[in-house]
Amino acid sequence: MTKGASFEDNMKELADIVKQLENKDNTLDDSLYYFEKGVTLTKKCQTILDRAEQKVNVLLDDGNGGKKEEPFTAEEE
Amino acid sequence: MMEDKVYMATVTQVNQYIKQVMDKNVVLSNIWIKGELSNCKRHYSGHIYLTLKDDGGVLKAVMFRNSAANLVFEPQDGMRVMARGRISVYEKGGAYQLYIEEMQPDGVGALHVAFEQMKERLEKEGLFDSEYKKPIPTYPQTIGVITASTGAAVRDIIHVLGRRAPYVKVLLYPCLVQGEGAARNICEAISYFNREKCCDVIIAGRGGGSIEDLWAFNEEEVARAIFISDIPIISAVGHETDFTIADFVADMRAPTPSAAAEIAAADASDILRQLSAGRDRMKSGMMYLIKSHRTSIARFRLRNPKDRIDNLRVYLDGLQREIVHAWRVKNREDRNKVALLNSKLHTLNPSNVLARGYCMATDQKGTVVRSAGSLSTGDEVKLMFSDGKKDCEVK
Repeated sequence: MTKGASFEDNMKELADIVKQLENKDNTLDDSLYYFEKGVTLTKKCQTILDRAEQKVNVLLDDGNGGKKEEPFTAEEE
Repeated sequence: MMEDKVYMATVTQVNQYIKQVMDKNVVLSNIWIKGELSNCKRHYSGHIYLTLKDDGGVLKAVMFRNSAANLVFEPQDGMRVMARGRISVYEKGGAYQLYIEEMQPDGVGALHVAFEQMKERLEKEGLFDSEYKKPIPTYPQTIGVITASTGAAVRDIIHVLGRRAPYVKVLLYPCLVQGEGAARNICEAISYFNREKCCDVIIAGRGGGSIEDLWAFNEEEVARAIFISDIPIISAVGHETDFTIADFVADMRAPTPSAAAEIAAADASDILRQLSAGRDRMKSGMMYLIKSHRTSIARFRLRNPKDRIDNLRVYLDGLQREIVHAWRVKNREDRNKVALLNSKLHTLNPSNVLARGYCMATDQKGTVVRSAGSLSTGDEVKLMFSDGKKDCEVK
């Protein structure tokens, strides 16, 4: 799995940020910080989705009792 | 010469007679019959009409609603079955048929019994309890797929995920899904994913097939491997009507492999819609905040220092006026008091009395004489007038 925040983490954080920005008790500074972060995260998630190309790997025996990942193409019938 | 007796009867009578003859026959009153199903039709009343056949012929049959309700499988054409019931005559149709009371797939009857027994045992043990079901993540990064590397199941899963959720990586663990060693292989795959922690959710399944084909997913070791998995597992075995033990233990059952792929990851276009809705909400939250800050800045301007100083000045003037007024009031009161005391003093001054024509007598000691009786003849007294004193003698 990739290191850093996962897509799920990003989506969760975004939901929190939206809530924070709808909370009218926050200071302007805090809100500006959240807003900037939210916009960046939104763009990041959109980019991930827009650029996503499906990746399918298959686990094969590596000959040493372990497994290795190889790209997989399903055979057409 | 013998003469054969010939009977004469109506159709109804002869059908009734045949029915009576058949119903008396012990063999036909309760019999197991093997055959292949054809022309299966489930009537809306719940009765099932079907034909049992083999190479030599066909036998019409009906299974009434009450008996059909006990079926654990859906009878389908081509299925080999064993059916138990009685053979009797349907007089109106002039045909004999089998009235089925119970039916089971031929050859897998034992499997069915085993299935039911295991299901009951594992359910009692709590393996199916909803409290152990793990939530399926909404946005998995990697989906582990346990199925055969050929066949419809893997193709369907990859196709659905490619269309709806291309942001998800698919990791296939090729696996035997039927026959000898399949159950063991499925368990290995589940424990591999858990050991390597290389996926967020697992789809385990296969395409449709006979109960024997799906049997690996009814094995106890597979049930236990699914139960102890830390990674949530979606089962996707066979068609919508197929139920396996794996389906009951899994965190979620999908009716088909395609459906499993739809459950396993959120649709990218839904997420994009959600993202733009989120952006709109952030914007309007921010707009509101800016607007409310503008308003408070405007309110702050009203209270600038000049206004404050002017206000204080007015306040100070007021105070000053109050002090002066209070002092004046106090002063007047004091003066009145002094005048009053003064007039009282004036009234009490004895010389004022003397001025009105009175005089005051004192004896030789200087004491004021208050009664005539206190004086004797010859006593000397002093008379005091307003303008002076005179010595006098009492006669």
